[in-house]
Amino acid sequence: MTEDQVRQFLTTQFGPEGWELALLLDNPGSPKQLCIVLRDREKLLDLMYLLRNDPQWRFDQLIDLAGVDYLNYPDAQERFGVVYSLLSHESGQRLWIKMMFDEPDLRIPSVAEVWPAAGWMEREVYDLLGIVFEGHKDLRRIVCPEWFTAHPLRKDYPLRGMGERESLPVVTREDA
Amino acid sequence: MALDPNFTQSQCPGTAPEGQIVVGRFDRIAAWARQHTVNWARRNSLWPLPFATACCGIELMATAASRYDIARFGAEVLRFSPRQADVLFVAGRVVVKMMPVLQRIYLQMAEPRWVISMGACASTSGVFNTYAVVPGIDRYMPVDVYIPGCPPRPEALLEAIMAIQRLIDDPDLAKKVRRPLGLVIERDEKIDSNDLPAALSNKPHHQPESNIS
Repeated sequence: MTEDQVRQFLTTQFGPEGWELALLLDNPGSPKQLCIVLRDREKLLDLMYLLRNDPQWRFDQLIDLAGVDYLNYPDAQERFGVVYSLLSHESGQRLWIKMMFDEPDLRIPSVAEVWPAAGWMEREVYDLLGIVFEGHKDLRRIVCPEWFTAHPLRKDYPLRGMGERESLPVVTREDA
Repeated sequence: MALDPNFTQSQCPGTAPEGQIVVGRFDRIAAWARQHTVNWARRNSLWPLPFATACCGIELMATAASRYDIARFGAEVLRFSPRQADVLFVAGRVVVKMMPVLQRIYLQMAEPRWVISMGACASTSGVFNTYAVVPGIDRYMPVDVYIPGCPPRPEALLEAIMAIQRLIDDPDLAKKVRRPLGLVIERDEKIDSNDLPAALSNKPHHQPESNIS
């Protein structure tokens, strides 16, 4: 899988607009690590289905799914990004997809129907960053308590919290 | 409950003949002996519940093992059911999601019950002072004995067990014990310099950072 192959594939499928190709790692002697940067939410699910089903790629495993908050990040155009890490067991190739989007609309399509492994990872990103994955069947908090209201991994969330841990009930010696 | 040396006949209800005073004194001696016996039994058969959430639990295991041998103090029966436990060892950091669980475990313990807050994390949240970790379990539940250390050595845990044993003998002990250094830590983690000893307050001391926002 070369850079030109991916570029040609994306151009034929989606046209020349709405995506970018970036190099994550360019170590001499090792294969280049390609990253597709998407800015159009509508194209995400189509791209994921193509990457999984197209006999040219067959990315059959979702290795990782993570959310990033780029608040106050130099040269960042959008605030939020969701990174998908894919692996093809047939060819051993890896590919990264980065979905970039901005406030106030924090809804992106869920890829849990493409790879069921995305279910819990999307719940974690929703819990910690507040990104809503549309089409997820069970989008609940997975790390924080259910009564939590904030999304604590956002960069504008204070380290000591916003009073959540001070609001816990108190048990005394007299309680039985 | 100790025998009252100032007990006189005038304290007895009504004016009783000689015989009733003897019976009354016998009652008090019997109550004292019973309490003494119960304290002796409780003191030497403390059944702990190990609530081990972090590395302090490893030291707790080491304390229970043969080298330090918690059985020398009668506390070797680690029970994982709060109904059967007398002492709650909170060993490690407690997150806000775990705190209601810990409180429920405490409430399920039968009285009399004691709590040992083991290590810096359980007592103050230590270096994990973030939104997710409870800043000291004593803000949300009673604690009898605190153990400093990160993690504390097994000897410190044994000392805490002995402190619980002293508490059983003398329930008013907690009111008599002096606070170490007389420092008062406010809820916003700032040290009140008025309470600092003179030797400390002259020096510029490190002010802990307040809420980062």
